Amino acid sequence: MGRIQLKSVTKSFGDVQVIPPLDLTIEDGEFAVFVGPSGCGKSTLLRMIAGLEDLTSGEIEIDGTIATHVPPAQRGLAMVFQSYALYPHMTVRKNIGFPLRMAKMAQAEINQRVETAATSLNLMDYLDRKPADLSGGQRQRVAIGRAIVREPAAFLFDEPLSNLDAALRVGMRLEIGELHERLQTTMIYVTHDQVEAMTMANKIVVLRAGVIEQVGSPLDLYHRPQNEFVAGFIGSPKMNFVTGPEAEKHGAATIGIRPEHTEVSMSEGMWKGRVGVAEHLGSDTFIHVHDTGVAELVTVRVSGDIAVKHGDTIYLTPQVDQIHKFDTQGLRL
Amino acid sequence: MAIVAKSSRFSKFGRPVLAWGVGLMFFFPIFWMMLTSFKTDADAVKPEHLIWFTPTFENYLNMTENYDYWRFARNSVITAVLATAFTLCVGIPCAYAMAFNPSRSTKDVLMWMLSTKMLPAAAVLYPMTFITKSAGLFDTHFLIILVLSLINLPIVVWMLFTYFKEIPKDIIEAGQMDGVNTWGEIKEILIPLAWGGIASTALLCFIFCWNEAYWTVRLTTTDAATLSKLIEGNRAPEGLFFGRLSAVSAAAVGPIVILGWFCQKQLVQGLTFGAVK
Repeated sequence: MGRIQLKSVTKSFGDVQVIPPLDLTIEDGEFAVFVGPSGCGKSTLLRMIAGLEDLTSGEIEIDGTIATHVPPAQRGLAMVFQSYALYPHMTVRKNIGFPLRMAKMAQAEINQRVETAATSLNLMDYLDRKPADLSGGQRQRVAIGRAIVREPAAFLFDEPLSNLDAALRVGMRLEIGELHERLQTTMIYVTHDQVEAMTMANKIVVLRAGVIEQVGSPLDLYHRPQNEFVAGFIGSPKMNFVTGPEAEKHGAATIGIRPEHTEVSMSEGMWKGRVGVAEHLGSDTFIHVHDTGVAELVTVRVSGDIAVKHGDTIYLTPQVDQIHKFDTQGLRL
Repeated sequence: MAIVAKSSRFSKFGRPVLAWGVGLMFFFPIFWMMLTSFKTDADAVKPEHLIWFTPTFENYLNMTENYDYWRFARNSVITAVLATAFTLCVGIPCAYAMAFNPSRSTKDVLMWMLSTKMLPAAAVLYPMTFITKSAGLFDTHFLIILVLSLINLPIVVWMLFTYFKEIPKDIIEAGQMDGVNTWGEIKEILIPLAWGGIASTALLCFIFCWNEAYWTVRLTTTDAATLSKLIEGNRAPEGLFFGRLSAVSAAAVGPIVILGWFCQKQLVQGLTFGAVK
């Protein structure tokens, strides 16, 4: 069981409050992702749950027991670090078995558990190697193996894929997703990459400057962002924001239109503009349009085989039912 | 054409010459001491026997037969080994705490520790002598081990601190998550990872203990007297007995020079304070 509850948790470094009072509940078996720009406090929050960082005030409950002052080792949580944090002087086998050895488990049982974990992570051939002789992806799998063997109440991931190259990152993302499906254990995952958040999470927690901006499922956040920040942060390419008379027409201070919710025509439409850069990805094309008169730059996403080039005149029409409206404070109307 | 850096004439010829020059300069006193130790006291002061003389083992034989060299050597080994061990036992946990759980005053504490090295030893000679005599510790192994440990503790903590700082904090934190207690962190993670640094620190500390002369000469008479005391004892006010003095000195520094020769790599690493990996 791994229900984690944060109650009025705060954190200050010296006089600087990085996390103002914050409440959050992560249900047992949930895959929660903390996402936000760098410096938003997401890693600090995770480290507070882990027990590696003290709380300035507030309480943390794990499975109904108050764990605020329990040392990290006794919280029953396992953590995977961005830097992998493997023990360089130990073999893969020793690394994975280390938490079990610390728990004074019998050697035969340790071996059996290590081998089960290694099999599921495709690490059987590397058990006697040292971390220095492994690739980045393999190291990350060892770090995950070291977390799995303990059968923790919850897994904590601190930007685990940031050091991997793009192709490997997609692969590991799937592996972690499958791991969650298989184990059904609570996972808390910290990332600054909204794609990781969208693809893996049941519940996304968007943070900015230590404050929770919105909590919800990926599609919730995509379709009903509570404010401009969340609207701009979730979705790729970024949502276009329009202010001024165009927004007032819709009775809002600002309107937001996602690049994929804009019709494109070469002959007629609502806003006339000039093509800047067209990024051809194959399946899609992102067109960056200048001189529309409504915003400095409007990005649209169209199907891959559109033939546009730099300097072409282009007409854009937003889909009216997909327009997000925000008030002067940036809150959803 | 691409512009590439060219090595200057200095780095090709000048640098090796300079290096050899400095090396020879440092080696010369040891060489001269070794040479003199094989001369008779009479030959040692005669200009005509500066280089050409009839070598003799008389000084060395004299030393073991008349001065009980082995007792002094044994005391040197006992005090240097135990003082090094004690210093590490205190220094490792201390440096660990400062490297991985620093408080606001950690930097000040480090500076303060170093500042104790700035106090001239002579300033506390009288209090030290009176206190140790009245406490009945004068001329005991215990006292010498304690003094050597305390003298070297600041430098040992500094060195270990620098080495420990190079260990990523994540690894220590991973250990905490994996259920290791503080002692386990030191034993299972810190010591294996910083082994090279700890070894060179221990080696340097041992050398400093072995060569320490100010306190070992003044706080001992016979029971705990080390090789430094033996050298001191052979120093005649008239400046005679150079042969004998050289033999004693050679026998005193010999073991440490040999040890240093075999551990050159660790020593260089230690002296550069972990800057060279």
